[in-house]
Amino acid sequence: MTANSTWTPDQPIVSIKNVQKSFGDFQVLKGIDMDIQKGEVICIIGPSGSGKSTLIRCINALNDIQGGSIKVEGQEVHDPDLDKLELRKKVGMVFQQYNLFPHKTVLQNIMMAPVLVLKENKAEVEERARSLVKKVRLGGKEDAYPGELSGGQQQRVAIARSLAMRPDIMLFDEVTAALDPETVKEVLVTIKDLAEDGMTCILVTHEMGFAREVADHIYFTDRGVIVEHGPPNTFFDSAKDERTKLFLSQIL
Amino acid sequence: MLESFADFFQQFAQENPRWNFIFFYEEKQAGKIWTGLKYTVWLSIACVIFSVIIGVIGAWLQGSNQRIARAVVQGYIQLFRNTPPFVQLLFFYFALGAFTPTYSPDGWLEVPIISNVGWAIISLSFFAGAFNVEIFRAGIEAVPHSTQEASESLGMSRLQTYRYVVLPLALRVSLPALNNNLVNLVKTTTQAFAIAVPELLYQCVTIWNDYPSAQYPAMLLMFVVYIGMVGILVFGMSRWERALRIPGYGK
Ligand SMILES: Nc1ncnc2c1ncn2[C@@H]1O[C@H](COP(=O)(O)OP(=O)(O)OP(=O)(O)O)[C@@H](O)[C@H]1O
Ligand SMILES: [Mg+2]
Repeated sequence: MTANSTWTPDQPIVSIKNVQKSFGDFQVLKGIDMDIQKGEVICIIGPSGSGKSTLIRCINALNDIQGGSIKVEGQEVHDPDLDKLELRKKVGMVFQQYNLFPHKTVLQNIMMAPVLVLKENKAEVEERARSLVKKVRLGGKEDAYPGELSGGQQQRVAIARSLAMRPDIMLFDEVTAALDPETVKEVLVTIKDLAEDGMTCILVTHEMGFAREVADHIYFTDRGVIVEHGPPNTFFDSAKDERTKLFLSQIL
Repeated sequence: MLESFADFFQQFAQENPRWNFIFFYEEKQAGKIWTGLKYTVWLSIACVIFSVIIGVIGAWLQGSNQRIARAVVQGYIQLFRNTPPFVQLLFFYFALGAFTPTYSPDGWLEVPIISNVGWAIISLSFFAGAFNVEIFRAGIEAVPHSTQEASESLGMSRLQTYRYVVLPLALRVSLPALNNNLVNLVKTTTQAFAIAVPELLYQCVTIWNDYPSAQYPAMLLMFVVYIGMVGILVFGMSRWERALRIPGYGK
């Protein structure tokens, strides 16, 4: 609590210091540092297996860490006494595979956590859920089940579901990777809207065009370290590290 | 109409000495059947409900991160799944029943706080519950871990995730196996006969002890009653299964 009360919005909203993470003997993150300011959009790119998912899963404590520190709004995430619920109210997450609740309608998916976790009034939550459905451009699909929606539509419901909790930070883990090329765009537009509204976004993505257009800062990870980072123009046009250059030449 | 129904079976018994449907024309015997039927239905409903509750709680504890809780559930399952339910019933009633406190309603009689009906319900519920735990666990394992993670990352507690996400999805997978187990459970309630629970089999036996000529008819009646009860259960379960079906999900 003490750490939290000293945090002010001009300090980094997410502060990652020398984070170490292993699965058994296999070290995935080997000292990651990142400072993210409120309202910033961060893209993490890098080859498969370099630890991108692991890193963002550490930010909302879906994974634990073995060393270093991650602070969200001044609160140490890996403090054993941390109230995970408080953390997850602040940090929303969207997954590659959408992970909607298949037995709930679109509206129910969005309403569930605010009603159960925030104990908010059902009627108010419903009103908010309906406007979120419109915001992600799915008006008319309120009563559909996830199984009746396309991948892109499901992913937008997943984004609305996270937003319904009114998080301060949103994590996106390759949220367009499972989508058809035509539907990728509709999801990216939704994220871009969010970014323009001032939401702090941390994205893992392979969409370089999108990263260049939307991100304030790009991080390139390889084998558990940040090899290079910088604002999009510098990063894409004048990368210095050989590994970054190689990666960019393969992907662009 | 009723008169002629009774007359018919009285006549029938005279013509066919081994087929004395005495409970259809003698009020006292009919009363026994009614009592037995009531106990059988009550026993079945109670055991179905309690065994499902045990299954749900047991499966929850099996996913707990407390090793002791998991070990207790595992021990329970092994014990109840791998021993004869009949012996379980006798053990509960005679061995454990001997230790249960008694009370005295009139100052003379000592009545145990758990009756033989109570022991039958407890014993049969735990027996079927052990299978239900396994059945639900299989269903839970079919729920993708990523769905649970999504729920947790929305701030839902482990209990909320279980109650609102995992269990409803697991239930849909578990229903066919649950159906089978509950059918078996309903049939197994006849074992309560052994500790003198006045259910249908018990009543039928007292009738045919007095009237050997009623033995086959009583057995026939048992078949009909159980086919009816299991039929209702299966019908209810399949209605439930249909009600739980989700558009665009599964088959
Ligand atoms: N739960 C786990 N147990 C063991 N190893 C894991 C686990 N999760 C990830 N790993 C390993 O950690 C490494 C980094 O995985 P991670 O999923 O973070 O990579 P990524 O950068 O997101 O890759 P991709 O672009 O393919 O999604 C991989 O080698 C992976 O095999
Ligand atoms: Mg990944």
